[in-house]
Amino acid sequence: MNYFKQDLASLHADLVAKKLSAKELTQATFDNIKATDPKIDAFLALNEDAALDQAAKVDAAGIKEDQPLAGIPVAIKDNIVTKDLTTTAASKILTNFNPIYDATVTTKLADAQMITVGKTNMDEFAMGGSTETSAFKQTKNAWDQTKVPGGSSGGSAAAVASGQVVAALGTDTGGSIRQPAAFNGVVGMKPTYGRVSRWGLIAFGSSLDQIGPLTRGVKDNATILSTIAGHDEHDLTSSTQAVPDFAKDLNDATSVKGLRIGLPKEFLAEGVDEDVKNAILAAADTYRKLGATVDEVSLPHNKYGVAAYYIIASSEASSNLQRFDGIRYGYRAQDVKNLEDVYVKSRSEGFGDEVKRRIMLGTFSLSAGFYDAYFLKAAKVRTVIINDFKAVLKDHDFIMGPVAPTPAFDLGAEIKDPITMYMNDILTIPVNLAGLPGLSLPAGFSNNLPVGMQLIGRPFDESTLYKAGYAFEQSTDFHLQVPTLGGQN
Amino acid sequence: MNFETTIGLEVHIELKTNSKIFSPSPVAYGADPNANTNVIDFGYPGVLPTTNKGVVADGIIAALALHATVEQHTHFDRKNYFYPDNPKAYQITQSDKPIGHDGWVEVDVDGVKKKIGISEMHIEEDAGKNTHERDYSYVDLNRQGTPLIEIVSKPDIASPAEAYAYLEALRQRIQFTGISDVKMEEGSMRVDVNISVRPVGQEKFGTKTELKNLNSFNYVQRGLEYEEKRQQQVLMSGGAVQQETRRFDEKTGETILMRVKAGADDYRYFPEPDLPALNISDDWIKELGDAMPEMPTKRRERYVNELGLTDYDAMVITQTKEMSDFFDATVALKADPKMAANYLQGDVNAYLNDNHVDLQATKLKPANLAGMINLISDGTISSKMAKKVFKAITNGEEPKAFVEKNGLVQLSDPARLQPIVDDVLQSNPQSIEDFNNGKKRAVGFLVGQIMKQTHGQANPQVVNKLLMAALQQ
Amino acid sequence: MANRINRDQVQHVASLAKLEFTDAQLDAFTPQLDDIIGLFETLSEVDTDGVEATNNVSDQLNVMREDVADNWGQSQALLKNAPDAARGFIKVPAIIDESEDN
Repeated sequence: MNYFKQDLASLHADLVAKKLSAKELTQATFDNIKATDPKIDAFLALNEDAALDQAAKVDAAGIKEDQPLAGIPVAIKDNIVTKDLTTTAASKILTNFNPIYDATVTTKLADAQMITVGKTNMDEFAMGGSTETSAFKQTKNAWDQTKVPGGSSGGSAAAVASGQVVAALGTDTGGSIRQPAAFNGVVGMKPTYGRVSRWGLIAFGSSLDQIGPLTRGVKDNATILSTIAGHDEHDLTSSTQAVPDFAKDLNDATSVKGLRIGLPKEFLAEGVDEDVKNAILAAADTYRKLGATVDEVSLPHNKYGVAAYYIIASSEASSNLQRFDGIRYGYRAQDVKNLEDVYVKSRSEGFGDEVKRRIMLGTFSLSAGFYDAYFLKAAKVRTVIINDFKAVLKDHDFIMGPVAPTPAFDLGAEIKDPITMYMNDILTIPVNLAGLPGLSLPAGFSNNLPVGMQLIGRPFDESTLYKAGYAFEQSTDFHLQVPTLGGQN
Repeated sequence: MNFETTIGLEVHIELKTNSKIFSPSPVAYGADPNANTNVIDFGYPGVLPTTNKGVVADGIIAALALHATVEQHTHFDRKNYFYPDNPKAYQITQSDKPIGHDGWVEVDVDGVKKKIGISEMHIEEDAGKNTHERDYSYVDLNRQGTPLIEIVSKPDIASPAEAYAYLEALRQRIQFTGISDVKMEEGSMRVDVNISVRPVGQEKFGTKTELKNLNSFNYVQRGLEYEEKRQQQVLMSGGAVQQETRRFDEKTGETILMRVKAGADDYRYFPEPDLPALNISDDWIKELGDAMPEMPTKRRERYVNELGLTDYDAMVITQTKEMSDFFDATVALKADPKMAANYLQGDVNAYLNDNHVDLQATKLKPANLAGMINLISDGTISSKMAKKVFKAITNGEEPKAFVEKNGLVQLSDPARLQPIVDDVLQSNPQSIEDFNNGKKRAVGFLVGQIMKQTHGQANPQVVNKLLMAALQQ
Repeated sequence: MANRINRDQVQHVASLAKLEFTDAQLDAFTPQLDDIIGLFETLSEVDTDGVEATNNVSDQLNVMREDVADNWGQSQALLKNAPDAARGFIKVPAIIDESEDN
């Protein structure tokens, strides 16, 4: 059975028509994961028994037309808590941690009767851009297993790209959905800050983190976002704005006609790979042909985003990760003589190097005598960066540019060099600092590796991004190309 | 050498809300360990705090009660430190925008009135509790997240007696708002104290020491008195006070070195990103202010100026809002204010102390106390009979009905008393002779005889009048 | 080499964060952190005079929960994840420092 060139709508149609049962689809998903995962290592944990039980229940209840996601398997990044399903955030410090509650997003997916098939690999606590900081395994790029899948949602991106699942959830603090989506040739949305509840998301940078979907097509992505978005009484930063049915208006390619698009010159500056640059320029032409105008604009403080981000995100992370202290849950070091040992040894043994590096940077940035020069300064530069975006988005409907300066790089190539790794996030980070929605979608290839395009919108205007993404998708065939891994895809 | 003393007090007050400040778990005492906890209280991965509106309201009320300015653009901050009773390893508190600032309370020490400044007050979460045993500590997170208000004094307190008076004024005002029980013995009011002395005329404050284990206002005052003297002696002998934490020993009244402070703590405060800022409206402040009960100082003025109580009586009556409310309700039922005050300070307080109960937990009702006082005032019962009636009203009985049922009505009719007076005089010629010889004590004996004959029901005033008239004939 | 942060400062920050490093780790970490802090210092090029800090980009303001108690009944399950528990308490090796923070 090969269901993996289908999208959500066609799978749903088959399920409603009983050409396919949820249990068959779920079983096929596990078969496929088992066939392909030895090559890409996308999953940390599978939820086989519970998923098959749930699928049988969905079948028994019958799938109706107004249940577009019922019976369809989904993968969840491992920093999103799932009740009774081991959740580790890819850290040794949470080895075998068994959450006793569900994240709001997983509750919403369960309410929509999606079937959670497993937890995907990631950079430890989402800190990294290659999924190489995972304490447990190294996920590979779906297109080339010598390349990184990107990160931190590398497992989710590779799982979707390889056809293991039709949809997955990722999280994005500085590009962690968009960059792996780009590296694997899939669609990833980082919603507006506050669009999706963070309840149950293991916090990294609380003022930056958002959960979002990774899918193979724009319309599927829109469907999932409509399902997981919305105000949540458990997350006071979640917005009370109404959530549109994002997929509803995605019908044709003409919807970008008359739109004004900004292309920041800083996004094509030095350091951006020629193939990437050319893919974006070609995409700009596509939009012009579809009736939009594309202007060169400027985000003059873009280059300060990386420094501001690594101060703010690390500071918040240093505080957020203090709860991992070996006292109430998670890893406690053995042979400890006193409380101080519990703290220091559990944390020093439980966290990996990149996490420790960020904790150190954050602790330093907040410490007495340095707060004003680092944390406070970064928070002010954040305002300046926000103002840059406001100025451009005042008279442009959205901004376009690359997701990352290069396509996927070699495994092991950058992990030893933190600054190079950090600079890779230069095009995605400012979007998180400003809390804006950012959509990543396939826009070309470079040496058989996917190149991604990023669309950045006004706050809570994911609709425009999806429309523009859909129009582009309808005008190109990048999204139709799939990697060859064997298995079912 | 003459010294001046500077005392700083940080007072933590536990608020009486239904739920915790950042989680809906109940705020309740005496539950099994960890019974009132959830994933938020445990600081589980992925949880987020939610601000309890009731706590913010209480913060505004406290600010108003302490004449502080309400900070209308306020937010929470994180204070980072590791401890087993602090599950997130940060406390959500307020640092740079506390909910109230620049308040004051007025104190009266030996007749001298003084305003003591409050620099700031903020709302925050309490920690859990650690119990230490030999090789292990045991953590109970029931208290984790209980709402607190911390009130920080300005360096205006110049003596241990002022510190006592400040705490009493603070306790009373907060108690009157109803937001807390403010009881040190139950831990709903906790006091951290620091003190320094310096030679008079020296501009720079002296090095301060912190005092711990001060579990009552008296201990605060005694600890400070000891520490004030100790620091003065250190300085007079040419030594230097060390920055240190000292423990008050209740038995000896001395302070004992616990540890020397090695540099400042680094709590790495920063704004709490999980909680949106608060923009407190004028309307909300007004609404809460309008609903505030009259404060003890206002009540004392009214009691003295309008009801004729002494300063002392007014002070005692306003120890707690319950007592003061009870007094107001009693007086509103036309009871004599002075008598009402006397009963509350005397019999009522004695009853509460003997039974270790709060006024609101008894069956005493203002209507019944007022009823009893009015029966005394109109001569229906004597104050001696009132002892029995008081006992009855502590059981919730209605005084008039009780008096009638038990035949306690006082004999005040001169026509009925005269024959008894005559009879007693006739039987006691010796007493009449004594009286005529100037022995005034004889009157007491005769009154006693009349009371005996009437089984105590004779109105002593009327008896006195009739007796004197007869004797002076 | 290190000029923005030295080994002693790295040790101090590690102690605040309850982390410990071997000498070899410190040798590797210190110059790395120093380089990154150098990157941080490029922010001084941005004129932020009169600019307000942004600490949150949520569109929410004044959101609060009503004061209603709700016990979620999680205490048993919570203790199951604790590395050590006894009699309903979380159990930890003895606390040496007597200081109780508020």
